[in-house]
Amino acid sequence: MTARDLSVGTRLPDRTFGPLTRTDFVRYQGASGDFNPIHHDEEFARAAGFDSVFSVGMLQAGLLATYCTDLLGPANVRRFKVQFREQVWPGDRLVATGTVTQVYEADEEPRVDLELTMTRDGGGIAIAGEATFATDELGDDE
Amino acid sequence: MVNKGMVGRQGPRFEMMVERGKIREFARATGSSSPGYLDAPDAVVPPTFLTTVVFWQPPEAADLYRAVDIDLRRLLHGEQEFLFTGAPPSAGTVLHAQTVVEEIYEKEGRRGGVMTFVVMRTDFTDDNGTIVAQSRSTAIETGRPPTAEGA
Repeated sequence: MTARDLSVGTRLPDRTFGPLTRTDFVRYQGASGDFNPIHHDEEFARAAGFDSVFSVGMLQAGLLATYCTDLLGPANVRRFKVQFREQVWPGDRLVATGTVTQVYEADEEPRVDLELTMTRDGGGIAIAGEATFATDELGDDE
Repeated sequence: MVNKGMVGRQGPRFEMMVERGKIREFARATGSSSPGYLDAPDAVVPPTFLTTVVFWQPPEAADLYRAVDIDLRRLLHGEQEFLFTGAPPSAGTVLHAQTVVEEIYEKEGRRGGVMTFVVMRTDFTDDNGTIVAQSRSTAIETGRPPTAEGA
């Protein structure tokens, strides 16, 4: 993406992640240090009243972050915020979307604000998010 | 029950080393193959990477969470925010981290029962004491245990 592509209302290209597997959950838990057994121990999850283990909220948050940093650059992110809505289950496919909500200047750099969603394919919104990126490193042309 | 008197209470200050291998591991676990994470010698951290601060917390950091006293059977992770004052910290950086109980407030739940929101903020400073990143986590103690249908 170039800075010129980004104006208020610009819709970023969608990206699909998954279907998520239990291995994805475990790999994220190992990387993040969150070892809550409800995400990998089937017996524990059932005893807690769930049908199976379910994903770590911060995994889908991380995937949503990847969605925007892959488009706008790892070094350019200034803010990333998520609100957790629906649980994500093994086999779920997740669709990330983003829309530019603001183009402005702050701290002496051009910035954009994004509104983000991570939706369960065939389900509801798993995560609603917001992000801010600096755009001066993106350049005006390809 | 959440102890509302804990607002403003700070946890211990401790160091967190930003390591290239850890960045690569975390980026791969979150679906990125960006060279900016995987190949650059001065790779920056992914936006949600600071959650790995748990690997660096000293044992006494848990005291702050215990003192807030959220009922773990009724705990939901509501929101999470990461702020960076410039480019995110890069591999080789030493961060100094400290967590504070920023805010505790209540709301009426949609299906009855009072929900208590606990906002914990962790400040990450560089060697000069300048804040380079902040992480803000909102935990919710629901009126009753959460279910598969959500809060």
